[in-house]
Amino acid sequence: MSGNAPAPVLEVSALTKHYGGVRALDGVSFAIAPGELLALIGPNGAGKSSCFNIINGQLRPDAGEVRLHGRAITGLAPRRIARLGVGRTFQVATVFGSMTALENVQMALIAAQGRVFRLWAPARRMAREAALALLEQTGTAALAERPAAALAYGDVKRLELAMALAGDPSLLLMDEPTAGMSAEERQAMIALVRRLTRSRGLAVLFTEHAMDVVFGHADRVVVLARGRLIANGSVEAVQGDPAVREAYLGGVSASISETP
Amino acid sequence: MSFEALLFQAVNGFASASGLFLVAAGLSIIFGVTRIVNMAHGSFYMLGLYLAVTLAPLLGEAFGGALGFWGGILGAALVTAALGALVEVVLLRRIYAAPELYQLLATFALLLIINDAALAFWGPEDILGPRAPGLSGSVEFLGRRLPDYDIFLALIGPVVLVALHMLLTRTRFGRLIRAATQDREMVAALGINEAVLFTAVFALGTGIAGFGGALQMAREPANLALDLSVLGDAFVVVVVGGMGSIRGAYLAALLVAEVKALCTALGLVELGGFTFNMSRLTLVAEFLVMAVVLVIRPHGLFGRPQPAQARRGEAEAPLVPLGRTGRLIALAVLVCFAAIPLFSAVASYAPVLALDMVIAALFAASLHLLMGPGGLASFGHAAYFGLGAYGTAYAATVLGLPTPLAFGVGMATAAAGAVLFGWFCVRLEGVYFAMLTLAFAQIVWSIAHQWEEVTGGSNGLFGVWPDPPFDSASGLYLAALGVTVLGLVLIRRLVFAPFGLALRAGRDSRLRAEALGIAVDRVRWLAFAIAGTLCGAAGGLFAFAKGSISPEAISVGRSIDGLVMVLLGGVHSLMGPLLGAGGLTLLQDMVMRESPYWRGLLGLIILLIVLIFPSGLAAGLRRKRGSAA
Repeated sequence: MSGNAPAPVLEVSALTKHYGGVRALDGVSFAIAPGELLALIGPNGAGKSSCFNIINGQLRPDAGEVRLHGRAITGLAPRRIARLGVGRTFQVATVFGSMTALENVQMALIAAQGRVFRLWAPARRMAREAALALLEQTGTAALAERPAAALAYGDVKRLELAMALAGDPSLLLMDEPTAGMSAEERQAMIALVRRLTRSRGLAVLFTEHAMDVVFGHADRVVVLARGRLIANGSVEAVQGDPAVREAYLGGVSASISETP
Repeated sequence: MSFEALLFQAVNGFASASGLFLVAAGLSIIFGVTRIVNMAHGSFYMLGLYLAVTLAPLLGEAFGGALGFWGGILGAALVTAALGALVEVVLLRRIYAAPELYQLLATFALLLIINDAALAFWGPEDILGPRAPGLSGSVEFLGRRLPDYDIFLALIGPVVLVALHMLLTRTRFGRLIRAATQDREMVAALGINEAVLFTAVFALGTGIAGFGGALQMAREPANLALDLSVLGDAFVVVVVGGMGSIRGAYLAALLVAEVKALCTALGLVELGGFTFNMSRLTLVAEFLVMAVVLVIRPHGLFGRPQPAQARRGEAEAPLVPLGRTGRLIALAVLVCFAAIPLFSAVASYAPVLALDMVIAALFAASLHLLMGPGGLASFGHAAYFGLGAYGTAYAATVLGLPTPLAFGVGMATAAAGAVLFGWFCVRLEGVYFAMLTLAFAQIVWSIAHQWEEVTGGSNGLFGVWPDPPFDSASGLYLAALGVTVLGLVLIRRLVFAPFGLALRAGRDSRLRAEALGIAVDRVRWLAFAIAGTLCGAAGGLFAFAKGSISPEAISVGRSIDGLVMVLLGGVHSLMGPLLGAGGLTLLQDMVMRESPYWRGLLGLIILLIVLIFPSGLAAGLRRKRGSAA
């Protein structure tokens, strides 16, 4: 990034987390700019989950800080972080099974608008247009009236994305956005995320195991290994980095150089 | 109050702690391995005591007093363990995969059946056992006489604690129990015979409970109220100690027993000119201990955060507001109910029965708000019914307030109770929520039973008659119908409002709801408060309808009636609880009134529902319909 780069959406600095004697995270720092699609990768046990869960508030770091638009959010509850404009999707997509797809997104919008404690007016008429628009954007408009529990998994993932976007977030945290999807679905999903981030100027931090997704679409890649940040740069730079190859020793080292 | 008295009571506290610990430890071990909270655990304690007072004299005649007494205790423990094994094989094996609520209900049904079986076998009178040979004396302790047997009991708790610890750490069986507690799939994968392990664990747990009960032989008579009172105590102990922790169970039992003993020791305390009888506070003390511990350590002293439990059973279909036909039917039913007083000349009993049904409908619907959309099965909804009824009765009789105002006082009392208790309950989910709500209901029941100046003790409050125009059967009925309809409309609006949507969201996925910025605990707390307040309204109506209120009317039985109503009608529908309320009220009125064993009969009905439709009544019916089509 050049000298007059825009102010980062998210900055993490010197994050450290211990479990007993094990250092899950050891002084990890990086930042994300608006509109940037940043992949967080690393072999199993590298500290991806810890890092991710500290940013979204499920875990409290032993040291270090998380800043959102310059404001410290370290250790805030997940629901407070959500209200500050951070959307989230889970590794196993989670939606409200007993509601229709439309109601799911309406719920997300109602929560974002702080109207949860309305006790009398029917929710059906609230935020309906905006919810339909979000379903449209994620390609699930045709499923609006279907119960979420009856949707195919790929559709659940897209519905979850629509819900995560409901609060008009400035940052989207996606934990393995394409886990459990077929190869074609994976590409379609990440392309959709790519489109939405460009049009909304949205920053996305995602973890991913599928290297085709990472190297095909990420703007930048941050690599963790044994709790340390070992690389932070463009796809090409990371692919050529000997330290990264070293970290992915063995069978995986072949697949990492594989570009789609 | 002297230091000696305090110390004396402290030793007494150790003796009580042992009994509590034996029940709680068994409950904890069984839960750890099978993930079933055994609602009938207190029943095995009660059975242990009954068996001991029966066996001891028999064995005493044959082998002499000492052998009879100790043989009786040992025999009682073994027989309860065998009964436990039988129950596990016959009943529990069929419901391990069923939804949590059904497991709780099935074991509760067992409690009802065992209680009625004990009534049939041993009769309603308390039975005293023999005194302990060799331990019937007492020792001089700080100028008072401390019974030998209490000292013996005080020692038994730590002895069992150490024995259990050895069993769990030093034996293969113990290692299996610990492995199964931590990871059930792993044990199955290792090729261990799970069925045998589960049976053995259940027998061990119930055997310890029976042992605990049998040990009380020299202290208290066997009676039929023991099962529930012990269960409530055991739940408090387990919640305070942390589910699954044996050490925690002992420490919590000790804490609860010592605080109670301290209150007894303090006796009358003068504070700022007022005199408080601290020994009356023993019941509240239990609550306070639990409150303090849960605020500081939400998972109990030695408990770990509960793993998010996967929801078993099918996802509910989306709720749809009533269409045109639905509204017409609802209106027609309302008109029919409103017209009932017109027929009182022909069927004078009709308004009385209809009043019961209307009250039951409000009671069940308020419970369903928590159970259905909230996904929180309260086993202590009777508490708010009781607070509403007692508040109304007290205001109408002692304070002499006019009827509507007295009713308002009742609702306010229930609301206050629900706000207070709810704050603790909504922090927990699943079985923990069920246990805590039941424990709170037991506390409310005990207060109603013991705070004689205000509640009239076991007799309750009398002469709660409404003023005109509510003093006639029809007047009161129509007023009750109006209140119930208002309550039902409020619940419906809530469920379809953003609040109701958020409540369902928290039930479907707490994680997702929090990630959207929804404060799930606060949503649940408000739902709990509203459900409690509406339930209190049902209680207030009940007090006016019967003209009195007594502890019996607000016992755990009423909480269970509510659960059965909701399940009979179907937890997944908003109309279900109303049908269930009507159905159960009719059933109780027609059949069950005739028999002293109707609670046991209710238990059998519950068991049948659970065994025939292990995945839920609504799902079962849907499957039936599916296969018929």
